[in-house]
Amino acid sequence: MLEITNLVKRYGSNDPVLKGLDLAVDGSSVVSIVGASGAGKSTLLRCINGLVESTSGSIKLNGHELVNLRGGALRHSRRRIGMVFQGFNLIDRLSVMENVLSGRLGYVSLFQALTRRFPQSDIDRAFNLMERVGIAHYADKRADQLSGGERQRVAVVRALMQEPEILLADEPTASLDPKTSQQIMSLLQSLASEMSLPVLINIHNVTQARMYTDRIVGMRHGQMIFDGAPKDFNQDALDAIYGGIESPEEDGGDPGKQSPQDQEVTA
Amino acid sequence: MIPVRTATDAPTGRVWKKPPFIANPWVRYGLIAITLIYLYWAFSTLPFDWARISEGLPRAAKIFGGAFPPSFERASLLWTGFKESFQIAFLATLLGVFLSIPIAVMAARNVAPLPVYLLGRTIIIVSRSFHPVIVAILFVAAVGFGPVAGILTLTLYSIGFVAKLLAEEIEEIDWGQVEAMRSVGAGYLKILIYGVFPQIMPRQIGLSMYQLDSNLRASAVVGIVGAGGIGGTLMNAFGRYDYDFAFAILLMIIAIILVSEGISGWVRKKVW
Amino acid sequence: MGEEKSMVDHAAKLADRVWSRYDPKEQWIRYGIYLITLVAIVWTVRDIDIFWPWVWDAPNQIQSLGARMWPPEFSTWNAIFKAMLETVHIATLSTMLTIFIALPVSYIAAQNTTPNKATLWLGRFILVSSRSVNTIIWALLFVAVFGPGVLAGILAVMFRSIGFIGKLMGEAIEEIDRRPVEAMEATGASKMKVVLYAIVPQVMPAFFAIIILRWDINIRESTVLGLVGAGGIGVLLQGSIDLFAWQTVATILLAIVVLVILGEAITSVLRKKVI
Repeated sequence: MLEITNLVKRYGSNDPVLKGLDLAVDGSSVVSIVGASGAGKSTLLRCINGLVESTSGSIKLNGHELVNLRGGALRHSRRRIGMVFQGFNLIDRLSVMENVLSGRLGYVSLFQALTRRFPQSDIDRAFNLMERVGIAHYADKRADQLSGGERQRVAVVRALMQEPEILLADEPTASLDPKTSQQIMSLLQSLASEMSLPVLINIHNVTQARMYTDRIVGMRHGQMIFDGAPKDFNQDALDAIYGGIESPEEDGGDPGKQSPQDQEVTA
Repeated sequence: MIPVRTATDAPTGRVWKKPPFIANPWVRYGLIAITLIYLYWAFSTLPFDWARISEGLPRAAKIFGGAFPPSFERASLLWTGFKESFQIAFLATLLGVFLSIPIAVMAARNVAPLPVYLLGRTIIIVSRSFHPVIVAILFVAAVGFGPVAGILTLTLYSIGFVAKLLAEEIEEIDWGQVEAMRSVGAGYLKILIYGVFPQIMPRQIGLSMYQLDSNLRASAVVGIVGAGGIGGTLMNAFGRYDYDFAFAILLMIIAIILVSEGISGWVRKKVW
Repeated sequence: MGEEKSMVDHAAKLADRVWSRYDPKEQWIRYGIYLITLVAIVWTVRDIDIFWPWVWDAPNQIQSLGARMWPPEFSTWNAIFKAMLETVHIATLSTMLTIFIALPVSYIAAQNTTPNKATLWLGRFILVSSRSVNTIIWALLFVAVFGPGVLAGILAVMFRSIGFIGKLMGEAIEEIDRRPVEAMEATGASKMKVVLYAIVPQVMPAFFAIIILRWDINIRESTVLGLVGAGGIGVLLQGSIDLFAWQTVATILLAIVVLVILGEAITSVLRKKVI
């Protein structure tokens, strides 16, 4: 259960990118977040797992406060939140198996991480998940030898390896062709119900949002202006969110690039 | 057969000259003037001992006569000298490359906080500023003649080169991989191991091989000021006018450098 | 949290899967390499002529040397300045003069422009000998022939630079686009003209970059030539060291740092302007 209350994110003294957002996500629903580039979708997701530091407000995951955490507490909270990225963000030179196991880095010791001696339970979980998504035969292949869709599936497994309480996906299909996009969206949808996992998906493609998710949240200029079922997401809603910007059906713009303030490795 | 003049040959009254390399005439002639003035100034102020120089050619003849054929009589001296140079180069490369990794991490702006970054950069600049020969002299003055001074010198030399390039490499990594590692809850060191090092590994290996080669050459030279290795043997030979032995040493140095270049080139191709 | 999802936990049904990063063969090779390296290190450290008490004392010694060098002695700054100027002259003149030799050598050492096999080997041989002999060793040689002084220094830097510039220029020539060359040959131009019109324009940017880089390196090299008598600031440096005048040594080192920084500043400005 994710509860966001009055979340504000401001860079320096500029206009806030997120203006007092409220959102509650339950149980195993799949929620899509739509909006034009710059609406704050990426920032919202990154505030949840702390890749971006929230300015004020509260984010509670199953009762634990996530805002203003540092060091060990931040890492502990991050490992309970799985994230899938638009650019897949796999470690290209490592094998698929190592990429998948890297999802457990929040749980194993430094020595285990260095020597790749992960507990057998992790390895079992890895094989099971890889078989579930259909990439088990790639286990020892280098990650950069896979196609886009396959890489994203590896990324999904990596996120699931964390045994997360929630899954965040930041434009997971924006770099994929239409058919592969649908496969990934369908995969996310099934996994959500199989694992009773809430899933938050940033997405450009409103058609896919309607097809594969239970609830659509629309953002514009850092505020939420639509929250409802896909069937209620009509032309008016579309205009309210995208009106005067660009048509969401075309693949437009690139979502939230990291600003320099956030490029620090300090965990 | 005389070519027929056609309409395209009609005189147009237009001239063309190639636009000069440097457009601005002031800059152009200014540069030429400066160069000429400089040459005149330099040659006139530099002290040339013409008397001694004119003795040069006959001297050269004597030396080359004495140098040829090269003498390998004192092969055991040759062997000990080279062995020591190899050992110095080997240890210095290991130590230098090993230290370069943390220093490079410290000197990369995107993975190090500002004060650490400044410290890292300073270490690198200090290591690079001085010619290894000067550094060797200082170490010899501090720790005495012998290979220790050589190892310390070349370690610093290696750090100056490898850490600098490695730091630049780190600054250009794909940040997404680091973000992903942050998102799974990994700590700083684990992020380095999984998100940064795999990306810089090929470059690191290439740099290490290049540095081993570089150190091998440099080790021959630091010996000239007493820091151990074949350089010392060479200096002695010159000092005693044993030009044939010196020539032998020189030939060996060239041969070894060639072999080392060949090997490092082969290894780089295999590992890349 | 901690509650295994039923979909994933079929431990009873699936076979026990094992994974390791490297297969057995790779493991053996890796351990083999580690072992060999370790043995090499141990042998080297034991075999090399190290007087261990001095090694442990080294940090102390280095520190005491540092103390003896402080504060730097500026009284002889005039002589130091003159010597620095001499150093710059050595570097600059030799870089200028090298161009005349390095360019023709690079031409014959490039596979696509060399007239025949013999010239290719000759060119390569010249470049390799030049590069394999360190500047200081060249300096030793020229001091023996022409006596101590700047001439030895200039020649030493020249001879070393030929190899550097020649190799990089040769590579630049080998990487040119063949098509303009073909076009020029097709017009019936002579070899010389083909070079002028098809090759020279293509390698110009590389040429400037290489010359500027080598000048920067030569400045550094020229500072130490005096240690073997070939002129420049090195002569003063050796003199001060022989007299244990550590504070003067410190000043000279500072002057060298300033020179190197100036050299780098000038070269980065030149690079922006010219390339």
